[in-house]
Amino acid sequence: MVNIQEIIGKVCPEAVFEENEVAFAIVPDAKWHEVAVALKNAGYDCLTAVVGEDWGEELGCTYYLKSTADNSLVSVKVATTDRENPMLHSVSDLWKTAIFEEREVFDFYGIKFINHPDMRRLFLRNDWVGFPFRKDYDENPEINPVRLYHEKPDDVTSTYVEEDGKVVEKKVNVFNPGDFVVNIGPQHPATHGVMRFRTHLDGEEIKKIDVVCGYIHRGVEKLCEKDTYPQTIHFTDRLDYLAALMNEHCLCLCIEKAMGIEVPARAKVIRVMMDELMRINSHLLYFGTFCMDLGATTALFYGLREREKVLDIFEETCGARMTFNYNVIGGVRFDLHENFVKRVKELIEIMPSRLKEYHTLVSGNVIAKNRMKNIGIITREEAINYNITGPSGRASNWANDIRKTNPYEVYADLDFEQVTMEGCDTYDRYILRLKEIEQSIKILAQLVDNIPEGDYCAKVPKVIKLPKGHWFQEVESSRGAFGVYIDSDGGKTPYRMKFNSPGFHLVGIIDKITRGEKIADLIAIGGSLDYVVPDIDR
Amino acid sequence: MFDFRIVTEWLDNLLNGVMPAWLATTLECVLIGVGLLTVYALLALFYIYYERKLCGAFQCRLGPNRVGPLGLLQSFADMFKILIKELIPINHVDNFLFGLAPYLVVAASFASFAVLPWGNGLQIVDFNIGVFFLMAVSSIGVLGILLAGWSSNNKFTLIGALRSGAQMISYELSIGLSIMTVVLLAGTMSVSGLVAGQKDLWFIFQGHIPAVIAFLVYIVAGTAETNRGPFDLPEAESELTAGYHTEYSGIHFGYFYLAEYLNMFIVSGVATLLFFGGWMPLHIPGLDGFNAVMDYIPSVIWFVGKAVLLSAVIIWFKWTFPRLRIDQLMAFEWKYLLPINLFNLVLMLIVVAFGLHF
Repeated sequence: MVNIQEIIGKVCPEAVFEENEVAFAIVPDAKWHEVAVALKNAGYDCLTAVVGEDWGEELGCTYYLKSTADNSLVSVKVATTDRENPMLHSVSDLWKTAIFEEREVFDFYGIKFINHPDMRRLFLRNDWVGFPFRKDYDENPEINPVRLYHEKPDDVTSTYVEEDGKVVEKKVNVFNPGDFVVNIGPQHPATHGVMRFRTHLDGEEIKKIDVVCGYIHRGVEKLCEKDTYPQTIHFTDRLDYLAALMNEHCLCLCIEKAMGIEVPARAKVIRVMMDELMRINSHLLYFGTFCMDLGATTALFYGLREREKVLDIFEETCGARMTFNYNVIGGVRFDLHENFVKRVKELIEIMPSRLKEYHTLVSGNVIAKNRMKNIGIITREEAINYNITGPSGRASNWANDIRKTNPYEVYADLDFEQVTMEGCDTYDRYILRLKEIEQSIKILAQLVDNIPEGDYCAKVPKVIKLPKGHWFQEVESSRGAFGVYIDSDGGKTPYRMKFNSPGFHLVGIIDKITRGEKIADLIAIGGSLDYVVPDIDR
Repeated sequence: MFDFRIVTEWLDNLLNGVMPAWLATTLECVLIGVGLLTVYALLALFYIYYERKLCGAFQCRLGPNRVGPLGLLQSFADMFKILIKELIPINHVDNFLFGLAPYLVVAASFASFAVLPWGNGLQIVDFNIGVFFLMAVSSIGVLGILLAGWSSNNKFTLIGALRSGAQMISYELSIGLSIMTVVLLAGTMSVSGLVAGQKDLWFIFQGHIPAVIAFLVYIVAGTAETNRGPFDLPEAESELTAGYHTEYSGIHFGYFYLAEYLNMFIVSGVATLLFFGGWMPLHIPGLDGFNAVMDYIPSVIWFVGKAVLLSAVIIWFKWTFPRLRIDQLMAFEWKYLLPINLFNLVLMLIVVAFGLHF
């Protein structure tokens, strides 16, 4: 903490420091960029989250920065009191992941970022009136009715630059007239959901991709602001539906941390086991869909065959095969089903031989190798700069597993490896996930005979109220670090709740790594990154 | 072996006896056309069922099993569905070319049907350049695909069509050269001549090493020629949604679908003709008893059976391998298959010139 104060104090003496779970500084906008540079030079090389917020008087952002060397977090609040034409300085030149993050803040709060290369709306239609996350937003449906016509695509974007102390808006073309632009999506078999890539092609070669998201944007964070804390949990199921239990887990952890609830040992183990089952489930589906993207349809069925077994386990204990709503504040909703241990043991037994089968079918295949090797290279520096966490980041040799770096629940006591690879390409991202299944099986094998007896849920007050303050919690979900930010004003509902999803950062890098590759490579790269669209759009 | 000429000549004499020659010939042509169409449709239905069942087995599934016993009526149900489906008119397309394209594709595969040696004496056209004619008519198909992609006025179909053009023209080289290898061995291009040449031993055994290489090249290039996985780039579902036939609906789509299956049959049929004796039963020199028993199996069953078995290999390819990328596809043809083929042709020349074949 002292260290941070020193770093920031050196460039910005007027910074205010507040006591919080992570180092927290309030910095005026004028000095923000300098502070950001200083922090980056001090080792905070990964921008984990940008949380836009409306504090009533002020509009602004909280930036969460992570140091990849010691995995410590630091948070910086930057705000402006100008509600008419709010402007902040962009840090997208330092951390590329801010390009998308700041666009999201612009979309929701209307804060314009100076020196940001592409200030367009991200999720909402470009003819949307107002900024919905502001507390004074008018929700009258007459202002924003359900529009039945197509929005015109934004072919011109704005960038705000400072010239002689004044901020000037400049127009930039996204595509030039005459470019051969193909819409890959929103309805397309390989975008894994309603995602749209406006792809500028030259023959088969990709020149540029403009990612258009928001087709299933449901305003989950906005909805959360109107619900009580227990009511918010089920929303997280519907973000990344292949990491539903981890998302719930993360939100529960964050609320429990804020309230100081101690979770019973049995619940902790159940949560960890469910997380690992979820990870196996997700990676198996990944194997299937990714191979199908490459054209190997049979592999899908092999993956689904084993995934059924995992889903059966979920069905018995959680009562659902998807969208479980199983984690609750203080533990889990139901105790384990009597068949749980038996079925998990069956799964542990069959998986090694089945994984071998997958490798025989796909991994060793010459065509598959040629399609994957040296395609979509993300170097370690890029992975950190774009905040590519999870298996995709670990394939670029960035050891970023939250289970190891900031262990939660019982992960610290477990014996498992953090798989990292050095190939940085599509092939390694694919192999790494199959290796992670092995590790998850290893964790399950350690826990399945050692589930402690006792309560599966702690006693919690009937009405959940969080004290005043804000908290940030991360867990390792199927495709990276999933974070939850809660700001509470002491009431029954969150003042601001932000889900920092790993998939969102993945789409940020797509344009970068597909340039110069073929259309078929775009599909392979997109498949290997393994984003889930509801997770991006929220 | 039963010679179907007995039936056809009897019919010819019968018709000529009761009507003028021009009318008899016309009537015969119509009869043949109807017969061929029936076979065409039935084979397509069978192939749809066959592929589904096979692919089901590869994918740990059952395949169709609800409509009729063992799901046998499934493809009929699908056929009726596709027949009564609406043909959706598309704005801003060249309607004439858009409508013409599926017929071109079907016509090409239909014309190839005429030259196949269906059985002993059961062949519609038989002339001295039979195989050459087969290659020529089957190449018309690519024109249909190019037209379909171009006239749809859609970027995906255009990419699909261009891919298809590049791919089919390239792989036709390999097909042509491997056919030439066999023609070299047989010394004839006539289909009946080719079959007759395999009376004692199939060409794949006669020509041993170069014939086996030619067969392997042919089956790979043939798979590419039919636009099936792993060479299904023109329709690459996960990249181009459905490639060149994205905009087609109803029976027009059905024609493309039909042609794909029938092309698979034609490719395996030609492989049967060139390497596995056409309708000729399996004969092993010296084993007269065995040969006599083999002769009892009708020639039609020999031909169709061999072709269907070979198709299983092509189906197997599709459900096992991932798809190639366009540059890899072209590199494979021009850098590997073509040189191998040219070398193989020389090898076959040496084998034939020095009488090293069986």
